[in-house]
Amino acid sequence: MIRAALLGLFLGLFGGVAAAVDANEPFDDPVLNERYQSLIREIRCPKCQNETIADSNAPIAADLRRQVHQRVAAGQTEEQIVEFLRSRYGDFVLYRPQVKPSTWALWAGPFVFLGIGALVFWRVLAGRASQPLDDDEAVPDEDAAT
Amino acid sequence: MMPELGQLALVLVLCLGLVQATLPLAGAALGRAEWMALARPTAAGQFVFAALAFGILAHAFLTNDFSVQYVALNSNTELPTFYKFAAVWGGHEGSLLFWITVLAIWTLAVAWSARAYPPEFTSRVLAVLGIVSVGVTSFTLLTSNPFLRLTPPAFDGNDLNPLLQDPAMVLHPPMLYIGYVGTSVPFAFAVAALLTGRLNRDWARWARPWTIVAWLFLTLGIALGSWWAYYELGWGGWWFWDPVENASFMPWLIGTALIHSLAVTERRGIFKSWSVLLAIAAFSLSLLGTFLVRSGVLVSVHAFASDPTRGLYILMLLAVISGGALMLYALRARYLEAEGGFKLVSRESFLLANNILLVIATGAVLFGTLYPMVHDALGLGVISVGPPYFNLMFVLPMLPLVLLLGIGMHAVWKSMAAAVLWKRLKWLAVGALVAGGALPWVLFGTTSIMTMLGVIAGLWVCAASLLDPVRRYTVARHLPPLTRAQWGMALAHLGVGLFVLGATVTSAYTVERDFSTRPGETLRAGDYEFVFVGLREVAGPNYDGIEAEFELRRDGELVATMRPQQRTYRVQQQTLPEAAILSGLHRDVLVTLGESLGAGAWSVRLQVKPLVRFIWLGAVVMALGGLLAATDRRYRQPVREPARAKAAGAPVPAEQRS
Amino acid sequence: MWRYAVPLVILGVLAAFFLRGLELRPGYIPSPLIGEQLPEFELPSLTDPAASVTADNLRGQVSLLNVWGTWCIECRHEHGFLVELAESGVPIYGLNWQDKREDALYWLSTLGNPYVASAFDPQGVLAVDLGVYAAPETFLIGRDGKILHKHISPLTPEVWRRDFLPLIAEECGSLPCPLVGPE
Repeated sequence: MIRAALLGLFLGLFGGVAAAVDANEPFDDPVLNERYQSLIREIRCPKCQNETIADSNAPIAADLRRQVHQRVAAGQTEEQIVEFLRSRYGDFVLYRPQVKPSTWALWAGPFVFLGIGALVFWRVLAGRASQPLDDDEAVPDEDAAT
Repeated sequence: MMPELGQLALVLVLCLGLVQATLPLAGAALGRAEWMALARPTAAGQFVFAALAFGILAHAFLTNDFSVQYVALNSNTELPTFYKFAAVWGGHEGSLLFWITVLAIWTLAVAWSARAYPPEFTSRVLAVLGIVSVGVTSFTLLTSNPFLRLTPPAFDGNDLNPLLQDPAMVLHPPMLYIGYVGTSVPFAFAVAALLTGRLNRDWARWARPWTIVAWLFLTLGIALGSWWAYYELGWGGWWFWDPVENASFMPWLIGTALIHSLAVTERRGIFKSWSVLLAIAAFSLSLLGTFLVRSGVLVSVHAFASDPTRGLYILMLLAVISGGALMLYALRARYLEAEGGFKLVSRESFLLANNILLVIATGAVLFGTLYPMVHDALGLGVISVGPPYFNLMFVLPMLPLVLLLGIGMHAVWKSMAAAVLWKRLKWLAVGALVAGGALPWVLFGTTSIMTMLGVIAGLWVCAASLLDPVRRYTVARHLPPLTRAQWGMALAHLGVGLFVLGATVTSAYTVERDFSTRPGETLRAGDYEFVFVGLREVAGPNYDGIEAEFELRRDGELVATMRPQQRTYRVQQQTLPEAAILSGLHRDVLVTLGESLGAGAWSVRLQVKPLVRFIWLGAVVMALGGLLAATDRRYRQPVREPARAKAAGAPVPAEQRS
Repeated sequence: MWRYAVPLVILGVLAAFFLRGLELRPGYIPSPLIGEQLPEFELPSLTDPAASVTADNLRGQVSLLNVWGTWCIECRHEHGFLVELAESGVPIYGLNWQDKREDALYWLSTLGNPYVASAFDPQGVLAVDLGVYAAPETFLIGRDGKILHKHISPLTPEVWRRDFLPLIAEECGSLPCPLVGPE
């Protein structure tokens, strides 16, 4: 539930919204529609060269969209549908990597980078703040704010 | 006979490159002026023969010479002449020849401007460029020769991939390559500086305009690629975090950091280590991109025909060139450090944060792009990392960066009081907060936290960028007019703001509807009605197709007629949709024809995308800003003596403040 | 002081991974179904629409399940070898995927029919259940219905000798394998 909301939010910021023309009927229920639309944008077409099943024109993509559509209509949750596809095609078809020991580094990485970055910032600043402000070579101050 | 001449020309490029890579370098170390002087003529010679080779390949395409294998694979007699020329860089081998030619042009430009720099420095810079040239030219001749013959010659060619037959295609690779290859110039400057063993402020001032020009072409190239994908594929997508897209984006991010780092080095003489490392990183990422695209290590729609042997060669190039530079850095970097203090609230501090955040963003993109390969190499299985990961991890460092951007450009060097900044900016901040929070609600009816944050950030950056120009021409008219560099900075940052606005609004508020429809029906999407008038057959120079006609109406009034097509390209028998796009600054409307569903029904996709043009407008404005900044008068002045007298506190003469 | 060597070390580590990466096949998806049971299914038979093909048909023997379609050029390449295998006693079941019945029947009548029976799956229902993504694919099914192996791309004599025969021997205990065994 939270994942779906987060998905919508973050997809909304920079996500490229692209899709093949879908032969499946849109859902009347906006919750189901949202679930379907967000799922097909997270599943990778197993045969294509790096496209979602939403984007791809390949027949396998159409088959997979149909399967997702049927299962959403049957009331399955996102986790159930993702697991269904994962158990048959492997982790390859998930564009959102599952969080498990082998991907902890992946998900934690950027946060660790941020931590290191903050540390670097404070250390450099601490070093520089104690140095003299004068230069040995003066340069015309063309960027001076007033 | 001509293709063999082309191959000979390439061999000559290689030979001249070998001379350029060795003798000037030795000459600079040994003090032999006549060896150093070889750098410029060899650069000129490389250009002549590279251009000749390129011209011969282009000639082969334009004269339908299907005895050349590369031409037979990428062209066709029915291909329009315009695209025959563009096909020269449409495949792996030809694009490498293009790379070599662009490198030769950059090298010549540096050689020509070299009169401004000391000869030991210039000869080293040109020698490094020569090393790069030798690497790429040898790679081309040994593994990817575009002049190989096809015997017996083909009767007709395979045709250019229909996806590539588009005007934007003609511009996108050249812009991108000029940018990619251009990162070799600051790289050469950095390595030359490390070799020289000393790095003064002039180095940064020399390197900066080259960096900005390469960066601005990279900006345009990436924007064109995004626009082309949007326009050509017609599905409304403009960025997918595909490995090849990431490969071009990472040098751009580091290039941006480099431009800003060089500003600090130029002004204060500090951050030299940062600048040198960023310069090495930018070109290394370009080489890495070349590796990723051509080796088959990653799967991508953009990848050229992949070949692990080629991959191995490029990896060796990367190891030698980048590894060599980093080794030099490891040995010499401690001599770069200089004294120069600054406080928490200062321009240097903001630029430090800028450097760090951009490096983190690049790191996150690199991490996500390479993780599947690392995961598999460790025997852990095959996984995919896609937009859900990248969208989150990219925004993480970039949102703070964008917010800090608005403040940082108003900070003074060395130290300032936070209260002064606050006083200058507080109304702008409040305005952006209120407008950004309210406008999405008012205009579109729904919103989310991320959307509001994005709009606030975009408005904030736009306003903060325009503050100085507006002030300079209204309340602060007593001050000297803005320099070109300052205009450039304002425009470039404005471009960032426009981009953020466009990306946020279009991602959040795009309307997308699929329909199954018959002629005569009216469909609705957004505020528009689409009347399906009918279908007819069309034929183009190398394709046949079906065209649908839609009337776009708003409140009953006709706005435009839209004609999406489904084209079947005859030679490759590929069927591609050609979307009908009505573009405007405030929104785009797209109609894409899908398949025939039988019984006269067709599947159709309608999209209304608000502010999507701001994405590319932002990029163009950024590039324009870069152009202005790079052509500022202080970069066109001859080398100045270090102004040691200024340290005594003498007033700066008016004419030196460019 | 040694921090200056950090970038070089990072490059070295990356280069080592790239070297290894050149040997991998990034688009190849290993099947997670190896060792799992064949999924239950019931599909109409290609040749006789009134009859069905189910998972039970494949149990009780060691057999092959071959995914094919008339649109698939590579399937054409392996067809001759499949006919040979069938004639030598290997039970092969077909999964006709995303195809038209008339085209498929024509193909079999002109090129030979190596299949004991072919399931007709135009919508890819069983195909998705099996994680099929690119024809031709061939599954080796054990006597209890366990999926022993999956091969993607045309089946050739070398692949048969190298990958399939050892597994068949293991399943049956000795060569030649009694391919039709007691229930």
